[in-house]
Amino acid sequence: MIAFIVNRLILALITIWVVTVISFALIQLPPGDYITSYVAQLMTQGEMVSDQEAEALREQYGLGSPFVVQYYKWLEKAAVGNFGISMEYQRPVTEVIGDRLFLTAILALAAALFTYAIAIPIGVISAVKQYSVTDYVATFLGFLGLAVPNFLLALALLYFGFVFFDANIGGLFSAEYASQSYSIGKVINLLSHLWLPALVLSIAGTAQVIRVLRANMLDELRRPYVVTARAKGLGEWRVVLKYPLRVALNPVVSTLGYLLPTLVSGSIIVSIVMSLPTLGPLLLRALIAQDMFLSGTIVLMIGIMTVIGTFISDLLLAWVDPRIRMEGG
Amino acid sequence: MAENNVPEQENVLEEITSQGTDQIYSASQWQLMWWRLKKHKLAMIASVTLAILYFIVIFADFLAVAEPKTSEAKRGEMPPQGIHLTFDGINPKLYVYGTKGVRDPATFKKMFVADDTTQVPVKLFAKGYRYKILGVLPSDRHLLGVNAPMKAEEAIYLLGTDVQGRDVWSRLMLATRISMTIGLLSVSLSLFLGVLLGGVSGYYGGLIDLVIQRIIEILRSIPTIPLWMAIAASVPQDWSIIRVYFAITIIIAMFEWTRLAREVRGRFLSLRDEDFVTAAALLGASKIRIIFRHMVPSFMSHIIASSTLMIPFIIISETSLSFLGLGLRPPAISWGVMLQAAQNLQTMALTPWQLIPAAFVVVAVLAFNFLGDGLRDAADPYG
Repeated sequence: MIAFIVNRLILALITIWVVTVISFALIQLPPGDYITSYVAQLMTQGEMVSDQEAEALREQYGLGSPFVVQYYKWLEKAAVGNFGISMEYQRPVTEVIGDRLFLTAILALAAALFTYAIAIPIGVISAVKQYSVTDYVATFLGFLGLAVPNFLLALALLYFGFVFFDANIGGLFSAEYASQSYSIGKVINLLSHLWLPALVLSIAGTAQVIRVLRANMLDELRRPYVVTARAKGLGEWRVVLKYPLRVALNPVVSTLGYLLPTLVSGSIIVSIVMSLPTLGPLLLRALIAQDMFLSGTIVLMIGIMTVIGTFISDLLLAWVDPRIRMEGG
Repeated sequence: MAENNVPEQENVLEEITSQGTDQIYSASQWQLMWWRLKKHKLAMIASVTLAILYFIVIFADFLAVAEPKTSEAKRGEMPPQGIHLTFDGINPKLYVYGTKGVRDPATFKKMFVADDTTQVPVKLFAKGYRYKILGVLPSDRHLLGVNAPMKAEEAIYLLGTDVQGRDVWSRLMLATRISMTIGLLSVSLSLFLGVLLGGVSGYYGGLIDLVIQRIIEILRSIPTIPLWMAIAASVPQDWSIIRVYFAITIIIAMFEWTRLAREVRGRFLSLRDEDFVTAAALLGASKIRIIFRHMVPSFMSHIIASSTLMIPFIIISETSLSFLGLGLRPPAISWGVMLQAAQNLQTMALTPWQLIPAAFVVVAVLAFNFLGDGLRDAADPYG
């Protein structure tokens, strides 16, 4: 158990390091150094930047020195929460991002919850009642869920909302709550908006989990121990839920590690389509405006958030699966 | 998987009766696979669908009616037209009604109505804009067309037009070409990387294996969409369509090879100690020869099945990126580029025919999934 956790922790740290390198590389990607573009940006807004100031900025970010030195200087600042200034908003990046990181995390978590809450019952039913109508409907919907890209599903929902209810169903808050600080009312308002994008987001993952669970359940249901349990006179649902489900759930739990990056990825696109106040639309705008500090930081934060989430799901897996717990994986 | 045991044993029996025992024993692996696949109805339907789509890929220009890039401002957002059939004596005649642009007297919104006094004859194999079949043979024949000279009022819009008055049907044909090939190209690239790195990892084991496996785990735990978006956004604006197309292909393949590498590694691990591999090694075959002559062919069918299952991911990724405006950019045409029109809710509600590319995405993705599933079942000789 300890060995497993240490192993995972080291891997998570390496991954975070890779993410920082990638994020910094992204900041560096546009041609020319970013101080030049920053200064140009300031000039167009009528601010005067003297050569000395520009030089000071260059010095501060170590421009002109090798990539590694620049990276190190950037990392040093990032570690204490200074991610630079957003050129488009003229405010520190952390301020622009605000609670969007938190909302992104909430959305991904809600989607993960939905995925399992929907997929587990359907998977069990379609395995127990194999080749029944329910099974076929579930399989068909599962395939459809895999085939329809997230953003199309979101578009379709927006379209129906617009045509039939004449309402815009995007967003995470009603207008009156959007700029307020958090209160119980705002949280309730958030929950009443959150379920729809979370549902959209969870569909693809649900389809996958149903397939995994159904296949594993079918394998388990044919085992002799199930026959024994039935012969002992246990009720049918008790037979199913008590033993085979517990075995079949293991591979399902291990999907969580891969589900999370997919959900976070998907949340970006769904947020853009449904105009949710998460990191998605901000990232898109930053990328289009070449606001590199902002976009680099967003990629960094999304990356780190996912790595932490995956690490937690690994811990969960170790807790659920005795094989990992005992053998030290 | 146990779920398939019973029906598949029956399948094998059926094969024996229908093909003859001798044929079964002497059949090559690919033949066995084909017999299996034929039994998988969904997979067969899917292959027919895909054949149609790739037919469109090859003959996109022939199927297109109008030059997909010509815009006609007066014809913006026209609804689809129906083709009518009459008989002139015994000769069948196809025609569409001419259209008139009118203003709604109440809302002053521009709309188009069919003008049933004018019939625009539609010809099969008509002459239209010039293009090259497969990029080589010059031609100007199109499946459908109206008589030249083209007057603005006399044109066919099978699926209506977009905001700029471009023919949605023709654009859809050309978009299919791009979207369906980008998947194939990306998969080929990922296949190469996956087999190479997965093979090295599985065959040599030890430290190399450890490093490659960790790299795969790291790549898979980073959310790909934001990364793709960021990399795609830094593709210079002045690149040509072809360069952007290849850049997107490479960007997608860079992260997708990990899926295949895992599979290949698993196969290598299980084959490494097989007798036929040892035998080849004892006969003095080189490592390269063992890998490519003996090991790879024995799991190639599995790799093909997994690659087929990967294509839908890539199609969805390309469509999503282009939809956001970060993938292919106009004047390139892909399904995602066409769907950009749907970003505006108003447009979507008023001109729903612009959503038709979405149906193509769903059909293509489903078809690849079903075919891939069929191939995977067929590739497993012991089911």
